[in-house]
Amino acid sequence: MAAMNPLVANPPVATPFFFYLLAGIMVVGGILVITRKNAVHSAIALITALLAQAGLYLMLYAPFVAGVQIILYAGGIMVLFLFVIMLISIERTIKERQFNKQWLVGIVAAAALGGLFISVYTKGKSLFPEGHALYPEAQNTQAIGALLFDSRTGTYMFAFEIASLLLLVAIIGAVVMAKKRI
Amino acid sequence: MNSSLMQSVVDYIQSYLSSNQTPGVAGNWFWATVYVLLVFAGVSVGVICMNWLERKILAHMQVRLGPMRVGPHGLLQPIADALKLLLKEDIIPAEADALVFWIAPFIVDLAAFTVFIVVPFGPAHAVTDMNIGILFMLGVSSLSVLGIVTAGWASNSHYPLIGALRSSAQMVSYEVAMGLAVVSAIMMTSLSAEGGTLSMIGIVQRQQEQQVWFVFKFFPLGLVAFAIFAIAMIAETNRAPFDLPEAESELTAGFHTEYSGFRWSLFFLAEYAAMMAVSSIAVTLWLGGWLRPFPSALHGAIWDQIFSLFPGLTFLFLGGLCFFNAARMPKHPFFKIQTMGLAGFGAALGLIGLVLFVSGVRERVQDIFWFSAKVAAFMYLYIWYRGTFPRYRFDQLMKVGWKVLLPTGLALLILTAVVAMRTELWAQLEGAWRP
Repeated sequence: MAAMNPLVANPPVATPFFFYLLAGIMVVGGILVITRKNAVHSAIALITALLAQAGLYLMLYAPFVAGVQIILYAGGIMVLFLFVIMLISIERTIKERQFNKQWLVGIVAAAALGGLFISVYTKGKSLFPEGHALYPEAQNTQAIGALLFDSRTGTYMFAFEIASLLLLVAIIGAVVMAKKRI
Repeated sequence: MNSSLMQSVVDYIQSYLSSNQTPGVAGNWFWATVYVLLVFAGVSVGVICMNWLERKILAHMQVRLGPMRVGPHGLLQPIADALKLLLKEDIIPAEADALVFWIAPFIVDLAAFTVFIVVPFGPAHAVTDMNIGILFMLGVSSLSVLGIVTAGWASNSHYPLIGALRSSAQMVSYEVAMGLAVVSAIMMTSLSAEGGTLSMIGIVQRQQEQQVWFVFKFFPLGLVAFAIFAIAMIAETNRAPFDLPEAESELTAGFHTEYSGFRWSLFFLAEYAAMMAVSSIAVTLWLGGWLRPFPSALHGAIWDQIFSLFPGLTFLFLGGLCFFNAARMPKHPFFKIQTMGLAGFGAALGLIGLVLFVSGVRERVQDIFWFSAKVAAFMYLYIWYRGTFPRYRFDQLMKVGWKVLLPTGLALLILTAVVAMRTELWAQLEGAWRP
């Protein structure tokens, strides 16, 4: 059985050192996103955090998800973010107040999320099935394809198509809102 | 003790040589480092050659001579330029965002050079082979736009900002068409018995198995996909006729107007490295990567032998060209050193050519040669486009991207799928028709 487990077969990448490194980059990036006054600096910090997240996906033996993360988030969405941010005047954003005064709601939300995290952390083992990478890294993309589209094993086909329909609705909504006369 | 340590190090280094894998797959740190350094050096030398060739070829297209003063036929011009750029004052504008201004060229360079770790120069000649190879290349090369956008913004100046805005709009638009063309090629890989793949080496091996370069597969579908990619990749690398982010007649120099000296040269380096990277995607996906031309029409051991002589012959030809021109140099004593230098350069090239004829070297080098030759053809095309086409207007550029390339790409994707699955489709239709 041990020979079948890919984590035993190729262990060198998923070391705790890399996990803490990437997690640390993500946390620092996340904090920088909300504390920087300059929106472009925030966006760059967010890109760093997203790239570190792609690294975490790689550590989980999910290279396809990591690649898609880089293409879509770091390469696509963040470019559009920057596109919009660059049109905002910096002088005005620096003068603007950064945090609003809803600290009571904020504390409640943070406490709820923190409680959730602590409870997951304390009884995580019973909540989730034990983590096994089912497929070795080399078959990851093919496995995702089979889960999505295969006629026998494709369990997520419907969910996938519905999600893409949602994106179509968003595109049409954007066109309708942006263009009065079509 | 010491000798056994030496022995184990030597064994470690030698163990890779017989594995016939890429060092990344074999997990050999030493050879991976060597390959990374070799690829980095190779790409940098390629950029230097491109610098000289672009000026010379453009000049000859416009019936000029181009650089002639520094070295024979301006051969040392790129080195002189590099020295000039290193010594030039590095100016950061007073109102610029210094940190972002400082990082931006490095982002562009990192993105342009990182992609080369999966470029397959041969079945074993790549730094590593990834399961998501092509996805990795597209993803990381799309990061370079972040550097361009931040460079334009951080300059805190109008022309760079407009250049950056144009660049982001252009790259996001053409990435879509590019992706569709790539998907159509990847669909073709799934017709092999082993199933589809995204790995760069795997894609070339599938073309070898199917006995056809994907540009000729399902004619004209493969050709159209290749054409879409070939157009989109010019827009992606901001080259003429789609060089709107740096259109000099409108925006001075676009996003890098405020850059000077070393930092500007980083943008230059990244631009040419990115050109080579996207060219190697095109070569890998459609033009058979490291495979030699005419494998089925001219097959057999004799033809293999003849084609394996090409790398050496090319270098000999280049060396001969140098000697020919050394003989044609003016006989004035002023040109004596230049003539000797050119002859020496020719002798060095000829010597490399002779080394490439040695049978062991020949077998190992020819896949690298064919890959580089195909990429070089694309680099020539880039220069040719620049010398030929007038620059597009921005709305025309967007029109081509969204209204021509994107619908063509979508139709192509569906057609490729239908043609690839035609027997299954036909069987299903027949089954439905029969009562």
